[in-house]
Amino acid sequence: MFARTNNCMTFLTIVFFFFFLSPVTIRLKSIKNIQKITKSMKMVAAAKYSRAERSLKPARVYGTGAMALYEKAEIKAPEDKNKHLIIGVSSDRGLCGAIHSSVSKAIKSEIAKLSGAGKEVMIVNVGDKLRGLLYRTHGKHILINCKEVGRKPPTFTDASVIATELLDSGYEFDQGSIVYNRFRSVISYKTDAKPLFSLDTVASSENMGIYDDIDADVLRNYQEFALVNIIYFGLKESTTSEQSARMTAMDSASKNASEMIDKLTLTFNRTRQAVITKELIEIISGAAAL
Amino acid sequence: MMAAKFLLRRAVPALRHARCYADAPAAQMSFTFASPTQVFFKEASVKQIDVPTLTGAFGILPAHVPTLQVLRPGVVTVFNDDGSSTKYFVSSGSVTVNADSSVQLLAEEAVPLDSLDLTTAKANLEKAQSELVGVSDEAARAEVLISMEASEAIVKALE
Repeated sequence: MFARTNNCMTFLTIVFFFFFLSPVTIRLKSIKNIQKITKSMKMVAAAKYSRAERSLKPARVYGTGAMALYEKAEIKAPEDKNKHLIIGVSSDRGLCGAIHSSVSKAIKSEIAKLSGAGKEVMIVNVGDKLRGLLYRTHGKHILINCKEVGRKPPTFTDASVIATELLDSGYEFDQGSIVYNRFRSVISYKTDAKPLFSLDTVASSENMGIYDDIDADVLRNYQEFALVNIIYFGLKESTTSEQSARMTAMDSASKNASEMIDKLTLTFNRTRQAVITKELIEIISGAAAL
Repeated sequence: MMAAKFLLRRAVPALRHARCYADAPAAQMSFTFASPTQVFFKEASVKQIDVPTLTGAFGILPAHVPTLQVLRPGVVTVFNDDGSSTKYFVSSGSVTVNADSSVQLLAEEAVPLDSLDLTTAKANLEKAQSELVGVSDEAARAEVLISMEASEAIVKALE
């Protein structure tokens, strides 16, 4: 009986204290939870980043090889062609810093430039975040949207699905570019654009004459394969940049959270001590009055 | 990546002056052979490469005339400078020979030939042949024909 009353009294005293301190305590608890979450997200991103970087090495050689023809033959699209295509590569998930917004900014400025010159532009969105950023202002330019990007590492099959959809859509573009985030190092990436050329542009380019024995069928197959390769390269670079950016973002979030926890803990202790001191003063002055 | 870009940029002026980047004009071939997941050769110097293409199989030596080709399922043989040769099975892809004697062989899937098993290949071939009888849809039929062609090429390469 006494034990239960004792427990009751202790419980009530604690509640009494926490009643005064409750906003701070609640905040402290929630920030501690957030810090746990951001720490674990950082570790997951670090693991995914190391895997992505390892598979980026062969993908880079592959992608550079695929673009070698266009660079060596100096294929340039003629200036008077009107139909443009932009493939923007991002992903579905956020909390990765400026990844999606930098791609979207580059695309928006490119559209403004091309529309100003009177050209027609269509966009292929790889990733839901990019669609969210673009559809309100440039909705009428969007040709294809791709979802479920970013959960698993991109494969060559993903790139070929995107290329097939693009070729089946019936939009006969003359030239285009793929906007992606090129991976530079763990802490830095850069938004970059690589050119895409259509079959006609390549076939009628002046330097193609030096390439021997090419018939239209072979060139079409080659072009389609090169398109998939370039998309694959963009996907791989973007994933690596995204995981490294997410790692950095979650790291700074955890650091900010621990700073806030320190400050709030100090406030909490000060308030707790003030309440106890007030109680003591009341008791003492009450006793002195007797 | 930066080094590769630098190399390509240097090579382009060489195109105009009809001189190769490597000073020995016809003796050097910069050979890059990669699949999306693996790099076999990166700007290596080899003697000759035999590739199976849609228009037939042909060998590429340094100073080969520039060309673009699409690969067929088959065996790629690489003859190294020291005389040894290695064989790889490729499923499909493209090969580019540029004017500066650089060759890019991009395969969708490529494996060294000794990692393939003859009995599994024969079983796959029989399965594809039996599937061909039963299928009617155009796309599915094309897929079965492709797997049959690939299996036949593997079996022929291993025998």
